[in-house]
Amino acid sequence: MEKSRPLWDNPLQFVFACISYAVGLGNVWRFPYLCQMYGGGGFLIPYFIMLIAEGMPLLYLELAVGQRMRRGSIGAWKIISPYLCGVGVASVVVSFFLSMYYNVINAWAFWYLFHSFQDPLPWATCPLNSNRTGYEEECEKTSSTQYFWYRQTLNISPSLEASGSMQWEQALCLTLAWLVVYLCILRGTESTGKVVYVTASLPYCVLIIYLIRGLTLHGAVNGLIYMFTPKLEQLSNPKAWISAATQIFFSLGLGFGSLIAFASYNEPSNNCERHAIIVSLINSTTSIFASIVTFSIYGFKATFNYESCINKVILLLMNAFDLEEGSLTADNLGEMKDYLMATHPQEYAQLLPQLKNCSLEAELDTAVQGTGLAFIVYSEAIKNMEVPQLYSVLYFFMLLMLGIGSMLGNTAAILTPLTDSKVIATHFPKEVISGVVCFINCVIGLIFTMEAGNYWFDIFNDYAATLSLLLIVLVETIAVCYIYGIRRFEKDLHTMIGRKPNWYWKIMWAFASPLLIISLLIFYLTDYILTGTLQYQAWDATQGQLVTKDYPGYALAVIGLLVAASTMCIPLGALGTFIRKRLKRERVSTVA
Amino acid sequence: MLRVSLLTLSVVAIAHAELCKPDAQNAFKVRLSIKTALGENAYAWDANEEYLFKAMVAFAMRRYSSKSTTQISNVLLCNVTDRVSFWFVVTDSSKNVTTVPGSEVEAAIRMNRNRINSAFLLSDKTLQFLKITSTLSPPVEPATPVWLIVFGVVLCLIVAGIVFLVVSGIQKHKKKTKESTERENLEEKGEVTVTVENGIPCEVLDLKAGHVNGVFAADDERFTPL
Repeated sequence: MEKSRPLWDNPLQFVFACISYAVGLGNVWRFPYLCQMYGGGGFLIPYFIMLIAEGMPLLYLELAVGQRMRRGSIGAWKIISPYLCGVGVASVVVSFFLSMYYNVINAWAFWYLFHSFQDPLPWATCPLNSNRTGYEEECEKTSSTQYFWYRQTLNISPSLEASGSMQWEQALCLTLAWLVVYLCILRGTESTGKVVYVTASLPYCVLIIYLIRGLTLHGAVNGLIYMFTPKLEQLSNPKAWISAATQIFFSLGLGFGSLIAFASYNEPSNNCERHAIIVSLINSTTSIFASIVTFSIYGFKATFNYESCINKVILLLMNAFDLEEGSLTADNLGEMKDYLMATHPQEYAQLLPQLKNCSLEAELDTAVQGTGLAFIVYSEAIKNMEVPQLYSVLYFFMLLMLGIGSMLGNTAAILTPLTDSKVIATHFPKEVISGVVCFINCVIGLIFTMEAGNYWFDIFNDYAATLSLLLIVLVETIAVCYIYGIRRFEKDLHTMIGRKPNWYWKIMWAFASPLLIISLLIFYLTDYILTGTLQYQAWDATQGQLVTKDYPGYALAVIGLLVAASTMCIPLGALGTFIRKRLKRERVSTVA
Repeated sequence: MLRVSLLTLSVVAIAHAELCKPDAQNAFKVRLSIKTALGENAYAWDANEEYLFKAMVAFAMRRYSSKSTTQISNVLLCNVTDRVSFWFVVTDSSKNVTTVPGSEVEAAIRMNRNRINSAFLLSDKTLQFLKITSTLSPPVEPATPVWLIVFGVVLCLIVAGIVFLVVSGIQKHKKKTKESTERENLEEKGEVTVTVENGIPCEVLDLKAGHVNGVFAADDERFTPL
């Protein structure tokens, strides 16, 4: 008697699982940055073109492969061609690297979430120095939110070489994050299917609340106008198109094997074409929605900082020239400055270096992405809202849901091939396999809780997945179109969903998407080669800002290892199969 | 008589002007931001407020040195501006035309800062004594940090969930193996036939992976009855 494959309870669970996986932190913290850098509203044009040329076809391809082969990534590619088992292994390796470092973000979200239950919020004010006469020196030089992130959360060391000790608070949060992930994947699709209802829908509820709150904030309109005014001249910048392609590619989570794993739990007659279109559209719409929220928050923060700056200048002038309170306002500041310069030239000249030119544009121009946006900029905006505790809890809970949703996909990509393989599955129940995987990842993840952990995190974030994924998906597309054969694939799809894919899909799979990926690969390789030494941003506590440093030798070696470990699997897998077949043939020929 | 009193008054005035001027020795600058602190309830700074200030400083000196020799007339104010800021200095009545050392004044003000602030309905930030640093009050910190409490609660919930799922999984597994051994025993005896389709038992097919083919669904009426 064969044990039947576990299935999703209904197609909605599958769609929610894909949405929960694809809609992740990148939608919230990368897309708004790209929008700002590459022309505001105009960026949507390359974004949608890439979605149609690259996102939807590749997503449909992966879902169809998973649904047809009904196996995880290793098994599925082995069925397509025995020489391609390396592709599946490469996907698993990349997913393994990703899950190692990605859960650290959930640990940070937990940390901030737990600290949100205080009044005032701990990142709202600087802590006092030892003799209580003023604030901590490092905190004075930078802002209280940056201090809380770099000193009290990360306790970051000045460079990669100074590893420092493990932060037990972060280690606790990381352990908790892994326990939560284990709880969700413990029973396979049975438990994951129910969890994704929450992880997929809750972020939208929070985003809507934030949209309403964000749009009603003072100064939010400034941010929205700044973002949506299209700067169409950016369209001629090739970087805009490349960033759009890269964003679509990585945002959908192609190549990790998670989509294949999720689709393998589908019923064979599931309409994956419709689901692919739905998931990719929802993913892109969420990015745009999240950037509306982000930009209203940006606008609020920039306006608040601008007004604080003006108030500081007013106070400085009032104190220096002993003017009556209320005589200097934001409106008459310009005229009063000229008047004072004329009447008291010497004192004014002395004061001049301290008088900053406050500019709203400069505040809005500070484009931030990544953890900086999520943990510094947002928390700075939140601390100035009314009832900040409520908004803080909501926001970090949303980040947590987004992160855990993506983690479910990552762990599914690792576990599905393991539970598919008969060798492992017969000896250990899936609870034990999941537990072992979570435990190993948690222990390795403790590296990222050390003082230099954030630098290692950046290494993994920038290099572990980028190049390898492009190669994996390229090989996948070429394999399905040319090795498996597009006619055979058409027939399989016809069996599954009842109709053949039309010419749009076929052209994209066979020509457009591979060409796009090849051009992306060429761009990235030339970029790496041309930049020469790789550099990173280190936090300098004495200055209170980030400084650029070169990576030491062993860090470069680790980067090389990360890229090689996954990309080498593809040729090694093919070679291994070739040798095995040769040996078998020789054995057969000697027997016969 | 009149001339003598005029002379002494002018001498005193000149002496005071000597003692109290901006950046004089042992003089301190004070800055008030009444409108910022009180908004609409702001009071105007006039001679009465100055009198209160002198009284508060004299009170602080008395409390600090615990000798009741400092009088309101010992406190001299000068250079009052619209900002509201002014300089003050405390003279020593026992020694003629000298001022109390700045360190004593500073210590006295520091000791009684709260009382002085509340007399004017202001705070450390809005009633500033330049050069006298105020001791900032530390934030209230509970014995166990709040975050650990929340962390503990969440951790217990998650661990309870995991234990529940694992234990129920083990129980289900035990029940299934018991059932399958029972079924195997019955099969050996030949009493139970399990309909099997392509190696997959029909019950499982029915639940999820199988579809009933409508064409072959027995619609008995279509067949001619015997």
